[in-house]
Amino acid sequence: MPPSAAPALPDVTASDQALRRFLHGLPGVDAVGLDARAAALGTRSIKTTAKAYAIDLAISMIDLTTLEGADTPGKVRSLCAKGRNPDPSDRTAPSPAAICVYPDMVRVAKESLAGTDIQVASVATAFPAGRASREVKIADVREAVAAGADEIDMVIDRGAFLSGRYLKVFEEIAAVRECCERPSGGAARLKVIFENGELATYDNVRRASWLAMLAGADFIKTSTGKVAVNATPPNTLVMLEAVRDFRASTGRQVGVKPAGGIRTTKDAIKYLVMVNETLGDDWLSPRWFRFGASGLLNDLLMQRQKLSSGRYSGPDYVTVD
Amino acid sequence: MSTDRLSVLKTYKLFVGGKFPRSESGRVYEVTDAKGNWLANAPRSSRKDARDAVVAARKAFGGWSGATAYNRGQILYRVAEMLEGRREQFTAEVAAGEGLSKAKAAAQVDAAVDRWVWYAGWSDKIAQVAGGANPVAGPYFNLSTPEPTGVVAVLAPSDSSFLGLVSVLAPVIVTGNTAVVVPSESAPLPALSLGEVLATSDLPGGVVNLLSGSPAEIGRPLAAHQDVNAIDLAATAGDAELARELEVAAADNLKRVLRPEARADWQTTPGTDRMLAFLETKTVWHPMGGLGAGGSSY
Repeated sequence: MPPSAAPALPDVTASDQALRRFLHGLPGVDAVGLDARAAALGTRSIKTTAKAYAIDLAISMIDLTTLEGADTPGKVRSLCAKGRNPDPSDRTAPSPAAICVYPDMVRVAKESLAGTDIQVASVATAFPAGRASREVKIADVREAVAAGADEIDMVIDRGAFLSGRYLKVFEEIAAVRECCERPSGGAARLKVIFENGELATYDNVRRASWLAMLAGADFIKTSTGKVAVNATPPNTLVMLEAVRDFRASTGRQVGVKPAGGIRTTKDAIKYLVMVNETLGDDWLSPRWFRFGASGLLNDLLMQRQKLSSGRYSGPDYVTVD
Repeated sequence: MSTDRLSVLKTYKLFVGGKFPRSESGRVYEVTDAKGNWLANAPRSSRKDARDAVVAARKAFGGWSGATAYNRGQILYRVAEMLEGRREQFTAEVAAGEGLSKAKAAAQVDAAVDRWVWYAGWSDKIAQVAGGANPVAGPYFNLSTPEPTGVVAVLAPSDSSFLGLVSVLAPVIVTGNTAVVVPSESAPLPALSLGEVLATSDLPGGVVNLLSGSPAEIGRPLAAHQDVNAIDLAATAGDAELARELEVAAADNLKRVLRPEARADWQTTPGTDRMLAFLETKTVWHPMGGLGAGGSSY
């Protein structure tokens, strides 16, 4: 259901009124139908070779994350070491897509990952609350990009979004987008975090998705992992549908990153099924789909060990993070 | 008044992580009395139930092993109190399952409750028996204390559905281990009812997990499981081949293995062997400091 406004997409961001008209003109989400669809997709049984493929794919899609006040350079280095070599007992285990840290840890992560394909993602814009002036947020992003971050995970201003000042949110994302450009050429990929748990309705999640994509997001991300409700299958499904419709209207492909609360292999595979059924193969790669997680990797590795050895593994055989 | 009430049949379920799930596989099997009459359907657990039970047991281990011995003893005594209150039910289940007379079954249940109390009393005494101060040639206090091994898989005896079960389960958990128990395949009902007792006795969820089904089927993934620290093979008495297979699988991560006794007598009061089998010794060297001028540092 690409919205009828599609041909006129450039105009919808001309003013606050136009943007509001467009976002509120998006079709409403059938919450009951959405929950049922997400639940139904979660019942698929993925076994044997398909499971092995899904596990390796899921590992390669992880943004291995540490976002704690207690983060130290040592902790970031050990996380990077884990990214380089997730399972020391089995060198065929793939590496995660990225290591996700706070801006001040970007340099440390970058040094530790030198010579690998693993990206360094940095949260920015006064993560996780996003309660700071635009100057502060921009400075935060600039610092992370200057330190070498390959990807920027920004949070939107939920206060502005919920009070209907969509253009403010739009301009902020666009301004951050500009700061992601490097003087040397190229740009950090921008992930825009909505914090679905604070957006209250699925309709709002759909609006935020379109808003962020119009503003130039490379990725849309469910949540910070810092509030009670994080990624859920239904709210991720809304976003998957939004990126599908956005590509149909504009031709531009945007990635999706559920984050927070995905802890088990079973959960991860449910998300992959959802991606495959909603978006298809085009999105089944670390370039277009990510998991924001920390504990998930250990569970995937234990399942991987189970598949290769035939016996159940345990937490003693993966690293303690 | 009419006496032809509809019978209220009981659905026996597993006991995992303090909850009563059905088997993940959805399977059940018929449990019959000694004469072959149908008694109930019991869940036939699968290896995935075993996996879930180990996760629950591992989660419970920190809290249970960290609880004070006094507290564990209190909780086990509470279990005995609850068992006493359900004496009639257990007697009926044991009588039907093992084909015993009511009097003999009652004697089994009484012995089982007494056995439970006997083990409960050991909670704060086993450390004195199995540990102590070691004389060493140096200025150190050297103390050895028994520590629980971790998650213990218990394949309970097949011939004694309740007394035998209590005799192998109580010594495992009294010292702070957590257990995944496969009860007697032919007579699992007393064990599944024990789950209901444990759930109402302040025992933290996951300390005891009960999986009815075939010990050979569930025993294999448990014996090979890398997160199980010890295994009691009581159910394999009389099946040397299975015992050997499980022991080989258990060797992979150096599990403690308790081999079955040839002719176990569950009636006599046991010694401390079954407790000690699932303990390991921690030894601490503590410097005393130099001796003072008076020849003593105290």
